[in-house]
Amino acid sequence: MADKRRTAAEVVAELRDGMTIGIGGWGARRKPMALVREILRSPLRDLTVVAYGGPDVGLLCAAGKVRKLVFGFVSLDLIPLDPHFRAARQAGSIAVMELDEGMIQWGLRAAMLRLPFLPTRAGLATDVERLHPELTTVVSPYADGERLLAMPALKLDAALVHVDYADARGNAQILGPDPYFDDMFCGAAAKRYVSCERIVETSAFADQGCVHTLVLDRGMVDAVVEAPLGAHPTSCTPQYGIDLEHLKAYCAATTPEAWADYRARFVDVDDAAYVAAVGGADRVRVIPAPIF
Amino acid sequence: MTTTSDHTLAELCIAAASEAWRGDGEILASGLGLVPRLAAGLARLTFSPDLQMTDAECMFVAEPVPVGKRPAGYRMPVEGWLPFRKVFELLWSGRRHAMTMPTQIDRFGQINISYIGGEFAKPKIQLLGVRGIPGNTINHPCSFFVQDHSKRSFVERVDMVSGCGYDPARWPAGTKRDFHDLRLVVTNLAVLDFGGPDHAMRLRSVHPGVTVEQVEAATSFPLVKAADVVETPAPTAEQLEIIRTVLDPQNTRASVFK
Repeated sequence: MADKRRTAAEVVAELRDGMTIGIGGWGARRKPMALVREILRSPLRDLTVVAYGGPDVGLLCAAGKVRKLVFGFVSLDLIPLDPHFRAARQAGSIAVMELDEGMIQWGLRAAMLRLPFLPTRAGLATDVERLHPELTTVVSPYADGERLLAMPALKLDAALVHVDYADARGNAQILGPDPYFDDMFCGAAAKRYVSCERIVETSAFADQGCVHTLVLDRGMVDAVVEAPLGAHPTSCTPQYGIDLEHLKAYCAATTPEAWADYRARFVDVDDAAYVAAVGGADRVRVIPAPIF
Repeated sequence: MTTTSDHTLAELCIAAASEAWRGDGEILASGLGLVPRLAAGLARLTFSPDLQMTDAECMFVAEPVPVGKRPAGYRMPVEGWLPFRKVFELLWSGRRHAMTMPTQIDRFGQINISYIGGEFAKPKIQLLGVRGIPGNTINHPCSFFVQDHSKRSFVERVDMVSGCGYDPARWPAGTKRDFHDLRLVVTNLAVLDFGGPDHAMRLRSVHPGVTVEQVEAATSFPLVKAADVVETPAPTAEQLEIIRTVLDPQNTRASVFK
């Protein structure tokens, strides 16, 4: 039986310049931030990133890792706008494909199901349709003859997601109230990398939550990285909430000097130093679940 | 801002905005932003008791969740589960009426929450991105609240069409318009709808102390006027009681019009 346990560095070493990488979670919720910070420490570049964007996207933009972003929004939830993403957009330094949120999961679903596209109405009659020559429409072959947007499959070279628990074989458990689209990100990707709060024995899943929490089966996962607090500063409900205080510091790091300082304290450090720099595990573990 | 003797402008807007959901039956009422959220809750607790509500995250709730800090021991009145994947199924099936807060809106009801100024490749001011607005506007009823009715928000053409409107040029033959249904626009000055010729935006009422001329001067395109532009009705005592004691007991709404 394959042992899929890896370190974050081993996972990121498998990625290549120019890859299309999907990142699970949503906004400031359950983002694989330990893996994202590992990418920041690597020489990787020219990435195409597909995400329901939060500080994962902002960090990758600030570090100059992004060539193109496929997105519907970038938001820190409790803070509506991400300054690093905005700076990259306003400098014109990243290419974008700006899609309706529903179109993104539709494109991931198409890729997962090995379909070239899935039809939808979302995006029609808006600038999403007009601004993207790579999007086209189809006409229903049935009597209705309806014109529909053909959302192309969003095929990923790699997917990165963060969950609560996983076993060494790649089965993964999400205890939070929303699985978001992590299963579709994995389904759409050639390589699927899962970080988790803790690697557990398979038999321990049943003690943690009902069967509905077993969202990823091992056939959908290539590697498992144990990364306690690996979603910080985003939430991993019920383990910990969104670290608003840290997000404020992140948002303030907009000048070159402030960004260099942020990077030195929170990115170019090992996991233990990171946890210490953000106030220690005991502080993070009692951050309450966010109220929306 | 204007305050009459017994209610604030925010309370007037909440009551006016709640009208968007009158007669909607058993669908999801989504109010995104403080005034829309309170307005949805008010509709649910008064004339539209079958409306479905959420906790603004991923649960259906049996009663509107009050805004602000929650009292100790508050228990979320969960009645169902609504993760994002189910949100798209629900809204693409049309079982929702959302009120959002666009940064720009134009004569066709096209709205923008994506960027302002510059060009798509290099915006002057990047906002959120289109979010779910394209899918919302083409699939289910949508209404809007605009906090600052001015020529900057009511524009001739939005910088990016995030949500679709009634511009016929945007709807080539075969594009299904049946589910596109823009309802109400509530602002700090007035209440408007799309009841003019060819769905032109139409002024229905002005808030107390506001003139029709003021609304026109704050709008970058010609407005159709209803046959009788009335004064926006003041909130009733019952509405004020619900807003003040049930939905927003900590007066979070005082921050809307600072």
